Amino acid sequence: MTRSAARRSRRWMLWVLAVLAMACAPAVFAAFTVSLLNDIGMGSLVAVGLVLLTGIGGATSFGQAAFVGIAAYATAWLTSVYGLSPWLGLLFGLALTGAAALAIGLLTLRLGGHFLPLSTIAWGLCTPLLFGNMDALGRFTGLSEIPPLTIGAWALADPRSMFYVIWIAVGASWLFSANVLDSRPGRAMRGLRGGSVLLASVGADAFRFRLILFVMAALLAGLAGWLYAHTYRFVSPSPFNVEAGIQYLLMAVVGGIGQLGGAVAGAAVVWLLRDALQDALPLVTQYSAQIENLVFAALFVALLQQARGGVMGFAARWRRGQAVPAAAEAPAEPLPRRPLPTAGQPVLSVEGAAKRFGGLLAVNNVSFDVRAGELVGLIGPNGAGKSTMFNLLTGTLRLDAGRVRFLGRDITGMPQRRIARLGVARTFQHVKLRPQMSLLDNVALGAHARTTAGVIAAGLRLDRREERQIMAEARTQLARIGLADRAHELAGSLPLGTQRVLEVARALAADPVLLVLDEPAAGLRRKEKDALAALLRQLRGDGLTILIVEHDMDFVMKLVDRLVVMSFGSKLAEGPPAAVRADARVQAAYLGEVIDGAAARDAAPLAAEGGRA
Amino acid sequence: MTWDIALILGIDGLANGALYLLSGLGLVLIFSVTRVVFVPFGDIAAFAALSLAAFETGRRPATIGLVLTLALLAMLTEAASLIRRGRPRDIPASVLAWGILPALPCLAAWAIAGREVPAALQVAVAVALVVPIGPLVARVALQPIADASVLVLLIVALVLHFLLSGLGLLFFGPEGSRTQALVGGVVTLPGGFTVSGQVILMVGAALVLAGLFYLVFEHTVTGKALRATAVNRVGARLVGIRPARTAVLAYSAASLLAGLVGVLVAPVMTMYYDSGFLIGLKAFVAAIIGGLVSYPLTALGALAVGAAESFSSFWSGALKDVIVFSLLIPVLMLRSFLSAHGEEDAEEIDQ
Repeated sequence: MTRSAARRSRRWMLWVLAVLAMACAPAVFAAFTVSLLNDIGMGSLVAVGLVLLTGIGGATSFGQAAFVGIAAYATAWLTSVYGLSPWLGLLFGLALTGAAALAIGLLTLRLGGHFLPLSTIAWGLCTPLLFGNMDALGRFTGLSEIPPLTIGAWALADPRSMFYVIWIAVGASWLFSANVLDSRPGRAMRGLRGGSVLLASVGADAFRFRLILFVMAALLAGLAGWLYAHTYRFVSPSPFNVEAGIQYLLMAVVGGIGQLGGAVAGAAVVWLLRDALQDALPLVTQYSAQIENLVFAALFVALLQQARGGVMGFAARWRRGQAVPAAAEAPAEPLPRRPLPTAGQPVLSVEGAAKRFGGLLAVNNVSFDVRAGELVGLIGPNGAGKSTMFNLLTGTLRLDAGRVRFLGRDITGMPQRRIARLGVARTFQHVKLRPQMSLLDNVALGAHARTTAGVIAAGLRLDRREERQIMAEARTQLARIGLADRAHELAGSLPLGTQRVLEVARALAADPVLLVLDEPAAGLRRKEKDALAALLRQLRGDGLTILIVEHDMDFVMKLVDRLVVMSFGSKLAEGPPAAVRADARVQAAYLGEVIDGAAARDAAPLAAEGGRA
Repeated sequence: MTWDIALILGIDGLANGALYLLSGLGLVLIFSVTRVVFVPFGDIAAFAALSLAAFETGRRPATIGLVLTLALLAMLTEAASLIRRGRPRDIPASVLAWGILPALPCLAAWAIAGREVPAALQVAVAVALVVPIGPLVARVALQPIADASVLVLLIVALVLHFLLSGLGLLFFGPEGSRTQALVGGVVTLPGGFTVSGQVILMVGAALVLAGLFYLVFEHTVTGKALRATAVNRVGARLVGIRPARTAVLAYSAASLLAGLVGVLVAPVMTMYYDSGFLIGLKAFVAAIIGGLVSYPLTALGALAVGAAESFSSFWSGALKDVIVFSLLIPVLMLRSFLSAHGEEDAEEIDQ
């Protein structure tokens, strides 16, 4: 503990030193260097947005320069033509960029990964073209004589004074973004690249978080644009074209698209390189601007091929082995729990469920009930339709016919996210954890639907009470599966079997009424299986209802109260394990009927599963 | 606007649409096989146009130098990759494939430059000259990361456009040029309207090539291999298709299309080293209308884009591109509304 405390205080010292060094910079450096630092700062702002959007959210934009331009032109127009205060210009600029980003995001973010970036190319081309063709905005000559920023009677006409405004903006944006990432909405954002189904399973809306990230990125670009207009006091269309948009993306990639620090590092590298090239190239060629672009393009391609982690990637490799200092475990009152239905009440009832994939009837008129406090197993040979059934229950797939009721409520056709919020928590057959997040964060993601903190509250750290509650809950669930001492390790470092159990902990963090587990015992060793069985029994004792899809017969037979057997999409049998085991039809489905030679191939699954267990 | 003007604009739009159809087919072809949104497509078209212009004025096209530079880079990449994989003995064969093969059209261009040869030969060589550019660029920049996410591939492709247009400026210089019409003459429609032979050639070429595309994709083994790679790279590999090879095939076919687009557009539009970008992007609008996968919808989209462009240039020449790109809005709205909420693949761009 003392070592990590020492490391933390050392980190604090480094931050304080960095801030002090930045504060002294304008006094030490020449005007030219201060201007360069200003450019780096404004570039960092845009790049922080791209780190959020691309590195965290997995989408990207080539049109960030257009957002910079919109805010720059907005404030330029308001202040130079109408003589209004630059602070009104800031509001106006941010409102315009935010609205534009919202519109583009609503249009494209529901579509596949490449539609947003392609639309942003068009967006990035059109916006400067519009600037260049509007009389009110001075056409291609742009707008000049933009008044400087004023604070009270103090006008910040000098780049040295703008330096402070710019870098305070960078610091504040960084802090805000870092706070957001380390919070309830931030965990959902970091979960985005695990797919929409993962987020929906914890009751979060992936589309909404993508949209938030896109708007945040645009607002950061807008902030940079406002600073640009009042630093240079002149705007024209060309600094806001697609080339500039690519350069912002280059900054984020050079620095390391996964970390906020990468944005500043990348902006510094790109601006310094650009400065050096602009000094050197005119000596050798008349096409220096084009060669400069060539150098950047080649650098960009090489980076994406060889070092996608960027500067921060190298830094991370160098730092590897140093554990992340654990935050102190503050006591917190527990999150409120949902009332559980009394034992024996119907929790889930499926009536005549059917699902067709083209010509294949994957689930055919299946009905069964699960009552509160029961532990029910859903089994069947390979291809019996168990997984499809599972996806129908949780809302991942839509029913073609039939009804599903949960706690008396019709959930047929309800989106997965709402079913999750009603109290159905699930795990995945193909594990969906975020390998780059800690065990604790992965489990905490499960508590998403139980909590409410939004992006703004998180960014301003108004969410700490709830955050402590979430963390306490996550720790409790981790302790339940016996991984409390590994809370700060990355989930990707766990063996596959343990990852499955971690998914159980994440599902428990949602405080579910019904826990639906997809092959939780696959890949576990004997002892781990016993521990899992003990945990599930204990959960049943706590009043939880559990439905489990499992291949491991031995595990299931000893565990469950009741079995539902499926074969070729239909329900074959239902009853206590002993009765099901004795059922001739079940035996036939698994082992093949003696008289039917063709059915012998069905025996293979059981043998294979026996081997896997 | 009178009916006369509308008809003229309509015919103009048809000609534009033909170009976007050919470009859109090339883009969809590459995307569906390699998942790369190949932004530099338009640059290749521009290079073909500039090469043809050079032949007509009796100069040696700078494309030769460009192709040889790219071939050298591709050979180095290939050799490095072979050495890393411990197969240095295959280097001579790769030199043949990546060095000598692309040099053949350069040789032809060298031979005919500055001589009196039939226009058809000039056109053919100009097209052949740019065919290697697509595969070479892809070998150097895209194949090493063929398994990366669509997003990373898209970023690289867009950067490649800037790389190619930078190279284009170095090799061709900033001057624009326009070539003579490939076919002369006009056809008089009933009612007294005239349509130039060039427009008829453009539309005809687009129709014939689109038909060929359909036949190749639906009815040949090669076409099926291309489609299989598009669906699942690993699966295609398991049945003996080499994704790298089908990719080369796709890039070559798309480059050929780009070359044809270039020589078709050169007589009707002054081409600069960077004129291709907008052609490519408008073809993207067409391809997005087709969801980047459907050939028939792309064809329809191409016609819509062509018509929108010619009519909007009538209202506002400066903002016609803005108007064309704003076509994306209703298209994306519709696609967004219709999109199935299936499981999308997770995008990973970590190191």
